[in-house]
Amino acid sequence: MGRIVLDKVSKKFGDVEVIPPLDLTIEDGEFAVFVGPSGCGKSTLLRLIAGLEEVTSGDVIIDEEVVTQVPPSKRGLAMVFQSYALYPHMSVRKNIAFPMRMAKVDAAEQERRIEAAAKALNLTDYLDRKPGQLSGGQRQRVAIGRAIVRDPSAFLFDEPLSNLDAALRVGMRLEISEMHERLQTTMIYVTHDQIEAMTMADKIVVLQAGVIEQVGSPLELYNAPCNRFVAGFIGSPTMNFLEGAEAAKHGAHSIGVRPEHIAISTTDGTWKATVGVAEHLGSDTFLYVHPDGGGEAMTVRVDGEFAARHGDTVYLTPTAEKIHRFNDNGLRIT
Amino acid sequence: MAIVAPPSKFGKVGRPVLAWAVGLMFFFPIFWMILTSFKTDADAVKPEFLFVFKPTLENYLNMTENYDYWRFAKNSVITAVAATLFTLFIGIPCAYAMAFNPSRATKDVLMWMLSTKMLPAAAVLYPMTFLTKSLGLFDTHFLVILVLSLINLPIVVWMLFTYFKEIPKDIIEAGQMDGVNTWGEFKEILVPLAWGGIVSTALLCFIFCWNEAYWTVRLTTTDAATLSKLIEGNRAPEGLFFGRLSAVSAAAVGPIIILGWFCQKQLVQGLTFGAVK
Repeated sequence: MGRIVLDKVSKKFGDVEVIPPLDLTIEDGEFAVFVGPSGCGKSTLLRLIAGLEEVTSGDVIIDEEVVTQVPPSKRGLAMVFQSYALYPHMSVRKNIAFPMRMAKVDAAEQERRIEAAAKALNLTDYLDRKPGQLSGGQRQRVAIGRAIVRDPSAFLFDEPLSNLDAALRVGMRLEISEMHERLQTTMIYVTHDQIEAMTMADKIVVLQAGVIEQVGSPLELYNAPCNRFVAGFIGSPTMNFLEGAEAAKHGAHSIGVRPEHIAISTTDGTWKATVGVAEHLGSDTFLYVHPDGGGEAMTVRVDGEFAARHGDTVYLTPTAEKIHRFNDNGLRIT
Repeated sequence: MAIVAPPSKFGKVGRPVLAWAVGLMFFFPIFWMILTSFKTDADAVKPEFLFVFKPTLENYLNMTENYDYWRFAKNSVITAVAATLFTLFIGIPCAYAMAFNPSRATKDVLMWMLSTKMLPAAAVLYPMTFLTKSLGLFDTHFLVILVLSLINLPIVVWMLFTYFKEIPKDIIEAGQMDGVNTWGEFKEILVPLAWGGIVSTALLCFIFCWNEAYWTVRLTTTDAATLSKLIEGNRAPEGLFFGRLSAVSAAAVGPIIILGWFCQKQLVQGLTFGAVK
């Protein structure tokens, strides 16, 4: 079990309120991702759940039990840190065994769980090494192994992949997702990377300045962002925003169109523009274009085969039903 | 490409020469003391016996037979070991608290602790003497241990604080998540990770305790007198007996020099506030 409820939880550091009172429920077995720009309070929120920071007001509830005053060691949660935080003086085996040793699990059971975790995480050959002798990816696996063997009610991940290189990151992302499918245990995952959020989450919590902007499934956030911040944060490349006359035509203060929702043509279309830079990814090409008659540069996602060079004139047509409209407060107009 | 300057002539020859010169400069007094300790009192002051003399063990035998060297040595060992342990016992939790749960006052507390070392000891000599006498603590092991502990506590806390600061906070927090209590945090994580630093600090503290003279000389007479007191006591009214004095001094600093020799690496690390990683 691992249903986590935050009830009017707030956090102040001195006089600075980093998280104004907020409510949030994470259901048992859910993969929740906290995402937001750096300094938005997502890690702090995770640490409040873990108990590594004390809440200023409100309650943290795990499985119907108020744990606000319970120390981290007694909350039944496991955490994977960005820095891995392995015990450098212990072998991999001892690192993984550590939480079980603290919980006084009997030796045979410890051994069984270590073997199982090592097998699942491809660490069998490294059990007698020290963390210093492992690569970043292996270290992160050990940290995950240490978390798994405890059989926690929920896993907390604090930007676990940011110290890995890009290729390894994709691999580990899949492993964590698979682990979730297999274990069906609640996971809370903090990241600033919206791609990780989109690909892994059942539920994404978008934060800005300690405030929850929107909670929803990846596609809900993608299709119906509740405000301009979420619209701009979710999706890659980021959404194009237009204001002024163009927005007024749609009865809005501003409108947003995703790069993949713009049709391109060399002959005719709604907006005429000049190609600035073309980024060829192979499957797709991102065109950075400058609308004729001024306005902000726009990004358009086109087929990889589309030939465009710097200075070419192109015509853009947004897909009407995919235009997002926002009022002067940046809120979505439905 | 980086441009690497070729080693200069000075670097090749001058540096070792300079190093040896400095080394010898520091070693010479000790060498001289040991040399003199094998001379008779009469020979010790005669220039013609500067390096060539008839060595004798008379001073050493005299010292153990007439001056009860072993009692002073025993007191030095007891007080230095006990004071070091007591200082660590207080200092480790103190440094731990400041390193991992700092408050706004932590910096000030550290500075304040260090500032107590700036107070001239002589300023509190009379209050201390009267106080200890009226409390019946004068010339007791307890007093010497307490005084040695207190004067070394600031530097011990500073050193330990510096070592503990180098342990990533994440590792301590990982321990908390893994279910350790405060004692477990000490035993399983903090002490093993800072072991090198704790040993260096203990060694340095022990050396400071062993060498301390101002208070041990003034607050003891016989029962708790340490080797510093023995050296001081060899200032006879008839004048200085250099041979005897050198033997006593050599016997007093000998153990600590031998200890230092074996623990060079730890000590250098301790003095340079080296890294855990």
